[in-house]
Amino acid sequence: MATEEMEQLVRREYTQGFVTDIESDTVPPGLDESVIAFISQKKGEPQWMLDWRLEAYHQWLKMKTPSWAHLDYPPIDYQAISYYSAPKKPEDRPQSLDEVDPKLLETYEKLGIPLHERAALAGVAVDAVFDSVSVTTTFKEKLAEAGVIFCSISEAIRDYPELVKQYLGSVVPQGDNYFAALNSAVFTDGSFVYVPEGVTCPMELSTYFRINAANTGQFERTLIVCDKRAQVSYLEGCTAPQRDENQLHAAVVELVALEDAYIKYSTVQNWYPGDEDGKGGIYNFVTKRADCRGDRSKVSWTQVETGSAITWKYPSCMLRGKDSVGEFYSVAVTNGRQQADTGTKMIHIGENTKSTIVSKGIAAGRSDQAYRGLVKIGPRAKRARNFTQCDSLLIGDRCGAHTFPYQEIGNSTATVEHEATTSKIGEDQLFYCRQRGISEEDAVNMIVNGFCKDVFQELPMEFAVEAEALLNVTLEGAVG
Amino acid sequence: MLEVKDLHVSVDGKEILKGLSLTVNAGEVHAIMGPNGAGKSTLSSVIAGKDGYEVTAGSITFEGRDVLEMEIEERARAGLLLGFQYPVEIPGVKNIYLLKAALNAQRAARGEGEVPAPEFMKRVKEKLAFMKMDPSFLQRAVNEGFSGGEKKRNEILQMLVLEPRLAMLDEIDSGLDIDALKVVAEGVNSLRSEERAVLMVTHYQRLLDYIVPDKVHVLLDGRIVKSGDKDLALELESRGYEWVQEESAA
Repeated sequence: MATEEMEQLVRREYTQGFVTDIESDTVPPGLDESVIAFISQKKGEPQWMLDWRLEAYHQWLKMKTPSWAHLDYPPIDYQAISYYSAPKKPEDRPQSLDEVDPKLLETYEKLGIPLHERAALAGVAVDAVFDSVSVTTTFKEKLAEAGVIFCSISEAIRDYPELVKQYLGSVVPQGDNYFAALNSAVFTDGSFVYVPEGVTCPMELSTYFRINAANTGQFERTLIVCDKRAQVSYLEGCTAPQRDENQLHAAVVELVALEDAYIKYSTVQNWYPGDEDGKGGIYNFVTKRADCRGDRSKVSWTQVETGSAITWKYPSCMLRGKDSVGEFYSVAVTNGRQQADTGTKMIHIGENTKSTIVSKGIAAGRSDQAYRGLVKIGPRAKRARNFTQCDSLLIGDRCGAHTFPYQEIGNSTATVEHEATTSKIGEDQLFYCRQRGISEEDAVNMIVNGFCKDVFQELPMEFAVEAEALLNVTLEGAVG
Repeated sequence: MLEVKDLHVSVDGKEILKGLSLTVNAGEVHAIMGPNGAGKSTLSSVIAGKDGYEVTAGSITFEGRDVLEMEIEERARAGLLLGFQYPVEIPGVKNIYLLKAALNAQRAARGEGEVPAPEFMKRVKEKLAFMKMDPSFLQRAVNEGFSGGEKKRNEILQMLVLEPRLAMLDEIDSGLDIDALKVVAEGVNSLRSEERAVLMVTHYQRLLDYIVPDKVHVLLDGRIVKSGDKDLALELESRGYEWVQEESAA
């Protein structure tokens, strides 16, 4: 009997013999096959999905947590985490804004978030948010008309199993890395988008519009497929500070772009960074990868990272199709005790592939951040081109910024350019602005936003305005 | 308006200003001249509030307020504005944005609301034309890639929009060709009024042909050693500084 079959048999026994009570809404802390089976059953998943999860789990067991990042955190006890808890019922949520922490509301105010959105963000029961519901309904009708599928990954597994089977794990395989393997085994929610051939998605898609988005949980799984000549712009996260009881977040995002398809993926990440000493902050270990599978396909990642205690994240592009294009625009801001190790990977496989990397890092307080980028030109990637620009801005003298650019050039016709700068926020710039009457805090915001302009202009308009405000809030008290 | 009394200033423990006194009244234009290293730029920097200068004795008052107790931005809002010798570049920040932020900050300090956009644009365009600057300037990043002359014009443009009570100009003529010098000088002259004063620091008499000062002071070794009218500048031009030095030592 082949080893594989043997293993499957063993697994079957486990799945049937799981002990967790299916009626309960949470599982006790810890991870084993019964917990995975519990999640799968809760989600009403078919057997193939459970098998896929278990396969990931077995790979994860053999892996070690990565240690190469420029990060410092205590070892995570994976047996102390609870891997499933049901979304809060509407009656358990705040019924109106009056029941929400005033401090949170104050921040929304500063960020200029419209009133009706504040309620949804604060987790007020959706039924109480009239505007948001009506918006969502019109939204769904429009998408259905265009033939765009936009739903939770759990719904997709049930309703579009063939699409999910075809693409899930095809960009980030289960055993890709430690956190991706863990995610593959235990993911509980996330988004699924499919844009059919020749369709330009009629509106920007945002997790915000998906009801329950507030409870997507710590192991999110997102899969976006753009068929031939299709286009979509997807917004992830929101500028409002998000608190979560779960400290570890390990999401996986897979993007597939077929011939002439274009995916624009924008993220604003503002998870809770922890208190002044970084205690209680979120660990954000994300695997994001795009596969430019078709010729002339294009994927553009734009991210603004301001939250989390620790960020470990490298949105990447596999440029497989001829003439395919990958772009990465990033602003990472760290303050207090935050740590970020972020960057991108551009893997040039096809001919004439082109990539652009613009990374802006801003470090304040006692924070520490690293840009880590890999540009790899494969032997068949004739005339591939990359341009990388990577700038760091330091505020104060207790923070740090590091740049680790890696290049592997396997084709002599390729052109690779790299520019990097590190500067302290200029005393002279501050003095100049203040000598015009502008307060120190406004001057810092102005200079920092100017520094980030190249990236902000890549964001969808509304997001860009919010991102600027967010930067200002994040850097409050960074100077002086 | 501005009263500097027995001012002593050190930089890194070295005394640069050694008991400087100066009075500037509203409606006057003063020129401070002197050789390199005499402390000319130190004076305007200290009045503006730049870091790194230690005032060890003396006082500066502006319209009765103790300047040394005020934050940098408070001084600017009170109407003390410095035109820089080497204006700094601020990448990604548009000129128009800086101007508007500065004007609104000053208005807020006076208890006025934000300037209405049409009024602001009208005012800026008017001043821009006066300084013979192209409107595209407004959309460029502050001083980024500007030529020396463009930077100086931009300093004066800011003055014209912000209308300071006391404009301090640090070597505003350095690096200017004659045409640019004329434009800059016209800009400064348009600032002259009964309520306003100008304090210029310069090496060269040339500037004073275009901006005729009411008072000229010679700054030597951290002190004002001689004051006079515009003729003093002409004398300095032809005779240099040595005779003043000898005279003051005597």
